[in-house]
Amino acid sequence: MSSIEEQLLAARASGNPAAISDAIPFAGFMGFTLTQGAQGLVGALAYDEKLIGNPRLPALHGGSIGAFLEMTALAHLMWEIEVPGIPRTINITVEYLRSGKPENTFASAVITKHGRRVANVSVTAWQSDPAKPIATAHGHFLLPEAKD
Amino acid sequence: MTETETPLGAIIGENKHLLLSYTPFAQAVGMEVEAVEAGKATLKLAWRADLVGNPETGVLHGGVITTLMDNACGVAVMAAMPRLVAIATLDLRIDYLKPASRGLAVRAFCHCYKLTRSIAFVRGIAYHEDMDDPIAHCAASFMRSANRKPPPAEVPEALR
Repeated sequence: MSSIEEQLLAARASGNPAAISDAIPFAGFMGFTLTQGAQGLVGALAYDEKLIGNPRLPALHGGSIGAFLEMTALAHLMWEIEVPGIPRTINITVEYLRSGKPENTFASAVITKHGRRVANVSVTAWQSDPAKPIATAHGHFLLPEAKD
Repeated sequence: MTETETPLGAIIGENKHLLLSYTPFAQAVGMEVEAVEAGKATLKLAWRADLVGNPETGVLHGGVITTLMDNACGVAVMAAMPRLVAIATLDLRIDYLKPASRGLAVRAFCHCYKLTRSIAFVRGIAYHEDMDDPIAHCAASFMRSANRKPPPAEVPEALR
């Protein structure tokens, strides 16, 4: 078993979702943490100036929101899926609903279909008001295969 | 393109870096504008350890490719329009065809193939060196003139 798989299994065994995001270098760069909230797993993106796309509004970069949604879907899968490992994105569609304000952003994912090889995941991101989503994403992810 | 005025991409020349220099996130991940023409843009992103999604393979995180393609599509839209105005992504779909290789720069070439009064439509491709061996494909749409604020004072008059 590889060290990343061991790390994922240990994170799950200890009930510490933040250890999932700690295993991913780009999550560290973004300021992303996977957390366990009352409603389930929530991805949290700490606001930082570098995440801005247009400083004159200011608004978060479409790419930082898109990357955050994709990261939330991947981290959620890494927490939930049977075979430990890092899934690979097959495709993702991001829809931008509102301008991202310069503040903390949150996202939650739903695994709509968990097949043997592919999972379909939907993610919604919000800021101060969960009833006002700023973006949604839907994607297919290739799951790690069992080694037997 | 249906505009009558000259598109920015055709006249921007040596000022092409301005298409990214006011975008903090593009600077933070290390994107640069490699080439621009009317309605078309190529952005380049060097491989970096802190952009990796899988520490065992060194493959860039999918979100990094998403960011690069979103921004390359945005620059292609700007290159299609006669002035530098703010735009906002409406949607972006990406198909990942193969993982980006550890240590190699990724390029995104995007083409704004249709501009209407309100919306810009773009498609693009991400690759290392050979566009015929792509890493990802994308299709996106953007809102034009997402706000009415003028561009920063440092932007040359010809591009305002």
